[in-house]
This record gives sequence, C-alpha cells and structure tokens, in this order.
Amino acid sequence: MRHRQVIAVLALAGLFVSLYLWLWKIGRMGVLQCGTGGCERVQTSDWAVLFGIPVAFYGVVGYAALLVTSIAGLRPRLLERRTPTLALFGMASVGVAFSAYLTWLELAVIHAWCRWCVGSALIITAIWAAALAGLRRRA
Amino acid sequence: MNRFYIMLGTLAVVGGAVLFLASREQPVPGAIEGPAPAVAADGFTGYTIGSDSAPVEVVEYSDFECPFCARFANLQMPAVRRQLIATGVVRWRFREFPLPNHPYARYAAHAAHCAGEQGRFWEMHDALFADHSWAQTGKNPARLFNAMAERTGVDLAAYKSCMESNRFASRIEASRKEGEARGVGGTPAFYVNGVPYRANPTSDAFKALADSLARR
Repeated sequence: MRHRQVIAVLALAGLFVSLYLWLWKIGRMGVLQCGTGGCERVQTSDWAVLFGIPVAFYGVVGYAALLVTSIAGLRPRLLERRTPTLALFGMASVGVAFSAYLTWLELAVIHAWCRWCVGSALIITAIWAAALAGLRRRA
Repeated sequence: MNRFYIMLGTLAVVGGAVLFLASREQPVPGAIEGPAPAVAADGFTGYTIGSDSAPVEVVEYSDFECPFCARFANLQMPAVRRQLIATGVVRWRFREFPLPNHPYARYAAHAAHCAGEQGRFWEMHDALFADHSWAQTGKNPARLFNAMAERTGVDLAAYKSCMESNRFASRIEASRKEGEARGVGGTPAFYVNGVPYRANPTSDAFKALADSLARR
C-alpha cells in the first residue's frame, strides 16, 4: 500500500511540473521561472514538440494516468491485487525511457538544461523505483 | 489512510494555487492591435550591417529578451563583425522574432526600431543585449531603455514620442510572421543565403561556412 501512496504523491508533483511547462508552451504562463534560461532553450527547440503536440502534454497525460492508477490501487478491493502495481511499473518504465531520451537530447543535442525537465526525470525515476519495490515486495 | 488523502489534497490545492498565480499574465507593452500583416506595410525587411555586395547574407531571427540571443550577440557577434562583416564577406540582416512568453520582447524590439529611426539601431541592439539584466527581473524596463537610448546618442524626446506611438509594432509582427512562415521555432535562428543554419552558432562555424560559400 505504501508504495502506491508514494507514487500518488510523486505523480501529483510530476503532474504540476508538466502542467506548468505545457501551459507555458501554449502561452498561458508569464515568464518561465528557470534561472539559467536553459528551460526556454529546451522548450523552444525543435524537440519540444512531438507529432504536433508539446512534449510536456505527454507528461501531463502520463502523470495523470499514474495518479489515477495509484489512487485506484488504494481502494480496498484492489489493495491486495498485483495488477495496479504491474500497471504502474509498466507506465513508469515507459516514462523513464522517454525521460532518458529527453535528457540525452538536452545533454547532447540542445546543449541546455531545463531544470523542470530534469526534475520531472527524477520524479519519474523515483516512481519507477517505488513501483519496482512494490513488485518485489509481492514477489 | 485519511491522513494520506488530506496530505494529497493539500498538495493538490497548494500546487494548483501556485500554478494559478504563475499564470497571471503581465501586461505586454508593444503588442500590436488588430490583425497582423503578412509583410510590413512600409516594405521594411530588417536592419542590415555589412556590404550590399557581400556574397553571403545571414538572416538572424532574434528575440531581445532571449538569453541565448544575448549570449550570441555578446560572445559571438563581435568576432562575426570583425572577421566577416568588416571584411565584406557577410551582410547581416536582423529580424525580430519575439517569443510569446517574453513579455517585453516586443517592447525591446520597438525600442531598437525607435533608435533605428534616428540611425542608432545597432547601438541600441548592442545596448539591449549587453546589459541583459532587464530580461531577468520581469519588471517594466521602460526607464532603463530610456537611459540606454540616451547613451546611444538619440534625441530622447523623439525616442519617447516614437515609443508612445507604437508605430513600429506592425513591422515587428510582420517580421515574426515571416520567421514563422520560414519555420523558425526558437531563437536565435539563422538562415545563410536562404538556407536554415542548424549547427552550433559560433563565429568560427559561421566563418568556415561563409568562407566556403564566398569561394564558390
């Protein structure tokens, strides 16, 4: 149960980070709070949009799915079931792989660091680790 | 369990409030009123520096509030001017591409045009990028721009009158639309003899490319 609670909190934090970046991308935010300016470099690069949709929006959808699944997994009916943890682990694995690719782009292609993106990468990695811990506990 | 939901709810409320506060837009001076023109009404195609007969033309799409544009202007542009523009190899054309999330980008571009009206565009361009602290504070830079304009040697009264008139707003929007039509996604963006330049924008890289083009 504990790992699903941890994932819910982390997913909510990740949801706000990706929401912030997405709202900025579509022009609904003021100045992007970043410090180094790297966030704007990353967010206005060619890689900030995938299939015509801002990359941050994929984060919004992913974190929302993790949040809903983790909270659903806390319901008494599903508490002892392994399926929610498996689903969380699967989604988090996709998220970690995608984040790793985006982080590589920042490092090797765009040559700029977006702190919010790095924060999101850390959050999804922590979610993945929590899901893995949940799977092992039940193994 | 209830404590967990209270904590999650609290986090949601705090996060939502922070997002709401961050989304409160600041006024954007220099914004154009009415529909945007496809080209500037006066046919203006950007300030240039360099020889008209230079074999290579570089078009730069830039945003005065963009930190990477400032870095390019401060670190690379002096060498570009010395090695390529002063030697007659390159003509440099500056086009504005104000990004929607930079509240004072259009205002700064307008300040440069108002200085340009008095023959001081490049001096104002350099001043706006050299002291770039205004772009980090989020505060209205009108007074700072007045001081910058005065230092470039413009008639301050005429400059202020120009700024109040907002008469170059359509030029700036036309420049942005031109960049958008060419596929500019971020700033600074460069086109060398009409071809998008995608490599790392350093003076050395521009020199290597311009020299090779000039030899053809």
